[in-house]
Amino acid sequence: MRRGDRLASFGFVAPFLAIYLFILIYPLLAGIGLSMKRVDLFGGGSFVALDNYARLAADPVFHAAILQTLLLAAMIVPILTVVSLMLALALNRPTRDAAVFRGIFFSSSVLSVTIVTLIWRFVLAPDAGLLGEVAQGLGTSPLPFLSDPTLALWALAITTIWWSIGLPMMLFLAGLQQIPGDIYEAAALDRASRWTIFWRITLPSLRRTVVLVVMLQTAAQLQLFGQSQLLTAGGPNGATRTMVLFMFETAFWRWELGYAAAAAEILFMLIVALTLAQYWFTMRTSEAGNGR
Amino acid sequence: MAADRTTPVFRPGEGRMRPATLIALLLAAAVMLAPLIWTVLLSLKSNQALVGNSGAALEFPYTLENYWAILSGDQVFRWLLNSLIVSIGTTVGVLALCSLAGYGFARLEFPFRRTLFVFVLLGLAIPEQAVILPQHQLFAALHLHNSYPGLILPGLAGPFGVFFMTQYFRAIPRDLDEAAMLDGASRLRIFWSVLLPLTLPAQATLGVFTFLASWNSYWWPLISATRSDMYTLTVGLAAAQMNYAQTSGLGFLMAQAVFASVPIFIVYVLFQKHIVQSMAGTATR
Repeated sequence: MRRGDRLASFGFVAPFLAIYLFILIYPLLAGIGLSMKRVDLFGGGSFVALDNYARLAADPVFHAAILQTLLLAAMIVPILTVVSLMLALALNRPTRDAAVFRGIFFSSSVLSVTIVTLIWRFVLAPDAGLLGEVAQGLGTSPLPFLSDPTLALWALAITTIWWSIGLPMMLFLAGLQQIPGDIYEAAALDRASRWTIFWRITLPSLRRTVVLVVMLQTAAQLQLFGQSQLLTAGGPNGATRTMVLFMFETAFWRWELGYAAAAAEILFMLIVALTLAQYWFTMRTSEAGNGR
Repeated sequence: MAADRTTPVFRPGEGRMRPATLIALLLAAAVMLAPLIWTVLLSLKSNQALVGNSGAALEFPYTLENYWAILSGDQVFRWLLNSLIVSIGTTVGVLALCSLAGYGFARLEFPFRRTLFVFVLLGLAIPEQAVILPQHQLFAALHLHNSYPGLILPGLAGPFGVFFMTQYFRAIPRDLDEAAMLDGASRLRIFWSVLLPLTLPAQATLGVFTFLASWNSYWWPLISATRSDMYTLTVGLAAAQMNYAQTSGLGFLMAQAVFASVPIFIVYVLFQKHIVQSMAGTATR
C-alpha cells in the first residue's frame, strides 16, 4: 500500500487517539507525578517522593475511609447480586406483566445520584421522611437512619441497592436467555425438582454473568461518592466517609492536591487488585471444576 | 419480530407466575415505587403545608404551585439547557470519534494498528478517580473550567465506544465494502455511504448509553462547573439540596427533582429497546 494511503487510514483513528492520549493517558501519568508532590492552592509544588504515601499510611481518617468503603462494598455487592438474580429468575418470561415489572425495577437506574439522594433523604429522615410516617402509623418510633453511625452506612447501602438493581437484573436476564433450552428438557425428563434444576443447571450456566456482575459492582461500589457526599456528608462523625469522598475533601476543601492524588492511586491499586483477585479466583475454581 | 429459531426460550419459570412469586414481586415493586410516589406527592404540596409535617403529603389539597414557580423563571431552566448542551455534545462527539476509529481499527491498514488497539483497550481499566485530579489541573491550565468544552471533553476520551464500534464493524461482511473498493470509491465514501448506515442500531445503543451517562455524571461537573450559571442539572440540584433549609421549601425542592427527571424518563421510554439489547450484548460478550 502506498504511504499516503496508510496515512489516510491512520486519519480515521487519529482524532480519537489524540483525545485519548491528551485527556486520559496523560492525566493518568500526571496523577502518579502529582501524588509525589506537595501542591497547594497556588499551583507549583515541590517533589516530596513518597511522603504523601507515608502520610496516608499513618492517617487514621484515611484508614477509616478505606475500611468504610470496603464495608459498604461488602454490604452492597452480595445483596445486589442475590436480589437481582432472584428478580431475573422471576421475570424471565415473555408475558406483559413481567415486562412491566422489569420496567419498574430498571426505572431507578436512569436517575442521577443527585435525584436519588434527594428522594432517599426524605424517605429516611426520621422527622420529615416516609419511613418516619410509616413508623408513626405503626405506633413505633422511626430509626435514626442518618444520625447513627451503623445505620447511616446501611442508609447508603439501601439507597445504592435501590438505585443500581436494574443493571445486574438486566445482565442476569440476558444470561438466562443464553442457556440452551434442551438442557432443561433433559432435566424435565429426569423429573428433576425446581431446586435441583436451579443449583445444577441454571446457576452453573450463569457463572460468567455472576462473575461479571460481582466484578463490575465491586469496582463501582469502591468508587461510591455521591451518596456519601449528599446523603450523609460523610457523617455522622466521618462514619460514612468513603475513599472518594476523602479524595474530594482533601483536594477541593483543603486544596492538598498531591495528598489527594496519592489517595487516588491507592484506590486505583485497590480496584485493580480486587478485580484481578476475583478474576484469578474464578479462573482457578473453573479449572478445578473442569479437572474433576 | 418474526418467530424463528432464535426466539428466546423462557425457562426456568416458563409461563404463568406462581402466586407466591407474584406477591413477592408486588412487594418488591412497592418498595421500588414508594419513594418515587412519595417524591411526587411532596412536590404537589405547598411549602407551608409541609413545614414540620411531611405527613400532609398524604392528604388533600394538592397544588401545582411549585411547578408554576419553576416555570416562572427558575435557574433550573438554565441548568436543564446546560445539561442538554453537554449531553448532546458528548453524544454526538462520541458517536463521531468512535465510528471513525471503529472503522479504522476494524477495516483499514496502518502501522501499529494492533498495538494501538490494545493500547486503547487498556484504557477500559482506568477508573475516573485515577485521572480526575490531574484532569482538573490540566483543564485549569487551559482555562476550560466553567465552559461547555470543559464539560464535554472528558466524556469523549473513554475507550468503550471504540471497542464497541470496532466489534460492530468487524461483524459486517467484508464483501460489501470490498465491492465498493473495487469500484474505486474512496475510504471516506465507503465509510459514509456503505458502512455507516449499517451501523445505525449500534449508533442508537451507544448514543443512548452515552447520553444517559453524560446526563447523570456528577463528579466532573461538580468540580469543573463552579459558577451557578454553568451548573448542569445534577450539580444544580445538589447545590439546591444542600442549601434547601435556608432557601426554598421541601415541596419546591421535590418539584425540581421531578422536573429534572422528566427528560431522562422520556429518553428511557423512547429507547428502552436499545437499552435492553445492549445489556444483552454486554453480558454475552
